[in-house]
Amino acid sequence: MKLEVSSLNSHYGPAHILFDVGFEIGAGEVVALLGRNGAGKSTTFRSVVGLVSQRSGQIRFDGTDISRLPTYDIVRRGLGYVPEDRRIFTELTVEENFTVGRQPPREGVATWTPERIYDLFPNLGEMRRRPGGQMSGGEQQMLTIGRTLMGNPSLVLLDEPSEGLAPKIVEQMADAILTMKREGLSVVISEQNLHFAKLISDRAYIIEKGRMRFSGTMAELEANPEVRDAYLAV
Amino acid sequence: MEFILVQTLSGLASAASLFLVASGLSIIFGVTRIVNFAHGAFYMLGAYMAFTLTDRWTGAFGFWGAIIAASLVVAVLGALMEMVLLRRIYQAPELFQLLATFGVTLMVQDIVVLIWGPEDLMGPRAPGFTGAVTVFGRMVPSYDFLLIALGPVVLGLLWLLFHYTRWGVLVRAATQDRDMVAALGVNQKWLFTSVFALGVFLAALGGALQIPRTTVSHSMDLAIIVEVFVVVVIGGLGSVLGAFVAAIIVSELNAFGILIFPKISLILVFLVMAVVLVIRPWGLFGKPESAPRPAAGLSIRPWRPFTPAERIAVAVGVFGAAVLPFFLGNYALTVGAEILVFVLFAASLHFLMTVGGLASFGHAAYFGLGAYGAAFLVKFTGAPMEAALLVGPLMGLAGAVVFGWFCVRLSGVYFAMLTLAFAQIAWSIAFQWVDVTGGDNGMLGIWPSTWASSPRGFFWLALGIAVVGVGILRVLVFSPFGYGLRASRDSALRSEAIGIDRRSMQWVAFIVAGTFAGISGATFAFLKGSVFPDFLGIPTSVDGLVMVLLGGIETVSGAVVGAVVYKALAIWLMSQTDLSKLVLGAIIVLLVVAFPKGIVGFLEDLRYRLRPPRANGAGPKTAGYGIAKVEAAE
Ligand SMILES: Nc1ncnc2c1ncn2[C@@H]1O[C@H](COP(=O)(O)OP(=O)(O)OP(=O)(O)O)[C@@H](O)[C@H]1O
Ligand SMILES: [Mg+2]
Repeated sequence: MKLEVSSLNSHYGPAHILFDVGFEIGAGEVVALLGRNGAGKSTTFRSVVGLVSQRSGQIRFDGTDISRLPTYDIVRRGLGYVPEDRRIFTELTVEENFTVGRQPPREGVATWTPERIYDLFPNLGEMRRRPGGQMSGGEQQMLTIGRTLMGNPSLVLLDEPSEGLAPKIVEQMADAILTMKREGLSVVISEQNLHFAKLISDRAYIIEKGRMRFSGTMAELEANPEVRDAYLAV
Repeated sequence: MEFILVQTLSGLASAASLFLVASGLSIIFGVTRIVNFAHGAFYMLGAYMAFTLTDRWTGAFGFWGAIIAASLVVAVLGALMEMVLLRRIYQAPELFQLLATFGVTLMVQDIVVLIWGPEDLMGPRAPGFTGAVTVFGRMVPSYDFLLIALGPVVLGLLWLLFHYTRWGVLVRAATQDRDMVAALGVNQKWLFTSVFALGVFLAALGGALQIPRTTVSHSMDLAIIVEVFVVVVIGGLGSVLGAFVAAIIVSELNAFGILIFPKISLILVFLVMAVVLVIRPWGLFGKPESAPRPAAGLSIRPWRPFTPAERIAVAVGVFGAAVLPFFLGNYALTVGAEILVFVLFAASLHFLMTVGGLASFGHAAYFGLGAYGAAFLVKFTGAPMEAALLVGPLMGLAGAVVFGWFCVRLSGVYFAMLTLAFAQIAWSIAFQWVDVTGGDNGMLGIWPSTWASSPRGFFWLALGIAVVGVGILRVLVFSPFGYGLRASRDSALRSEAIGIDRRSMQWVAFIVAGTFAGISGATFAFLKGSVFPDFLGIPTSVDGLVMVLLGGIETVSGAVVGAVVYKALAIWLMSQTDLSKLVLGAIIVLLVVAFPKGIVGFLEDLRYRLRPPRANGAGPKTAGYGIAKVEAAE
């Protein structure tokens, strides 16, 4: 297994948010983490990369326990994270944003260069020197994914990559994620509704109120409309 | 005409060092969010170190090599301070960071005197730049031209560094969003350390480059830090370009201010700063702080009125103090009266800090103004003590009205820097306006009335003033005004939504605190029989902060306990060692790192731990600084 999480509990101050969350991601898999608004998807991702300080449980990445490591160390081991609010550096140009994300090549993992990312997202290639603050939402989403790829991750956590994007850009995102999969990356995406997830995922988990409610293949999810109706916004 | 040109050149030359120091401060703040009070100390160390090295290494190579080597050595010292001290307090409220770095400043002052002695030192001239150039028949030192050229060169080099190296790009990224930088695999620890080293290098270089121009002295640090604060307030914290422009503005204003108001040259700078603040509170090139950090003084346990047992304890304490004169000698009573004066001073600052959420670094201004107010009345109108004690503090009030109006427009570090700058302006007026204030010689012969002239009588007077003063402040805390203030402190947005005008509330709190500081200052004038500019000095302000911190910011009675313990300790220390600043600085640093909740907070925690309350989990957090760790994003 690439990433194994079990009995993960997270708190924000006094509020208990995640309850014994567990999931597994295999090498080269694309897995969707589904759930409604406020279900705990982002908190799960943030806990895995160590951005939630009050967390407990086992998190194994490539067989090593990363649950006590600082964020930068987790990321350097090849676990890339793309936050839902994108958080691009608005004063830095596209190229400079990539510079921040750059990490040395990793053995057995695809190595990314700015040129390769421009191939993936041709829009970005046309604005290499534009400050991030002067880009559209879709372009910023591409930038934030490209920036994380520059770290040559072997697994990427993508928090709601399709949120607020035009249908055309969403298609481009789906293509990009499939390309990443073809390059051998594992990808976990969080999503609120099924449509986008269906395009790209092999398997899905459903989280609700901080607890895992469902785990199975996309086909199994299709076959259980009552699960979908109970836990997802339709 | 020629004269104006020459004066302009001289201003530009002074701007170079100021820019170096201010840009260093700005770069450090941008990434670490720490305002490094010790920046002036590093500037001074740079000058001393360069003095020593240029003494050893001669010739052009030796001289310039010495300047660079000195700056590098100091940069290493700065990096050490970052690793040993600052890494422990990045999560702490701003006040603690300012205080800790101020503690280092104090220590450096004594260390410098230990190593280099108290006399001013005269460095060598720069080889190749010893002469002067004649400009329109006037002589301008050629070294000034070198400095004038240096400013833009350093600005350009910094620009290249920040745009053409990965390190520079990381620094810019971290200035905007340091958590995201970590989430991309960058180890912030070393980024912070290296940024700190660069900033300190610039400060030390600024100091080292001064040695051919001025003598090296152990008071350089506070002089420069005040100017630097003014520069970054005008230019905007975090902006290197802002530091450059503002350094020129401030230096030119100084150069010409001397001509217009020879006695009080700082006035001009002050006026410009005031105008900038009103128009752009975050400085010419700065950006408004998006999310202000929680202020120190957010209490974990809600404040509560005294329990009956505590009331009795207070009554016993006051009674015990009142009968002390029957047991103590004259010296002890004089010391006791001094402690009582500072109890009120600390309580007034504590009021501003906890209730208003505003940590002033210049509270001594109102203490000193009250003292001078009383002294003026005695000297110029022959008023008796009683009248002077009543009317004198009005000068503290007036100062707080004027300065406070500007200060409450800012918050956090900007507020701290501005209060400090105002206090320093008040100090320099007292220092420079010799005709009225007597300058450094102070004003003597401010004696109390006969009934209070014995140590015993004065002790009772001081006790009465302290008890009544602290009592009134406490009543105010629990009045609707106090509740309103705390509401606006805890949530600016929410309190505005429920109709509390935050700024005027804070202004009133500032005035109240300033008035009570003025009362304690006036009392102090009669205790000492004299007033001196030191009353308004930075050390007095910081004494107040340390008292509050020592007692415990989060507590209601902290200021009183802190003032008693600190003042007694300080007076005892002074009598025991010549290195009181070194010891005091070390105590401050230790307090911030190890006992951030102070004595009373520590005791309360102990009590809660022994007898935990059954209530809904409002018990003490172990986290130290009394702010919940705020998660970065939703
Ligand atoms: N910084 C925070 N402090 C306190 N509570 C938080 C914080 N961030 C999120 N929460 C709470 O944690 C719960 C889970 O939030 P989370 O952001 O993980 O949900 P999500 O599934 O990502 O939702 P969305 O689809 O809206 O992004 C919510 O109830 C939210 O209110
Ligand atoms: Mg989310």
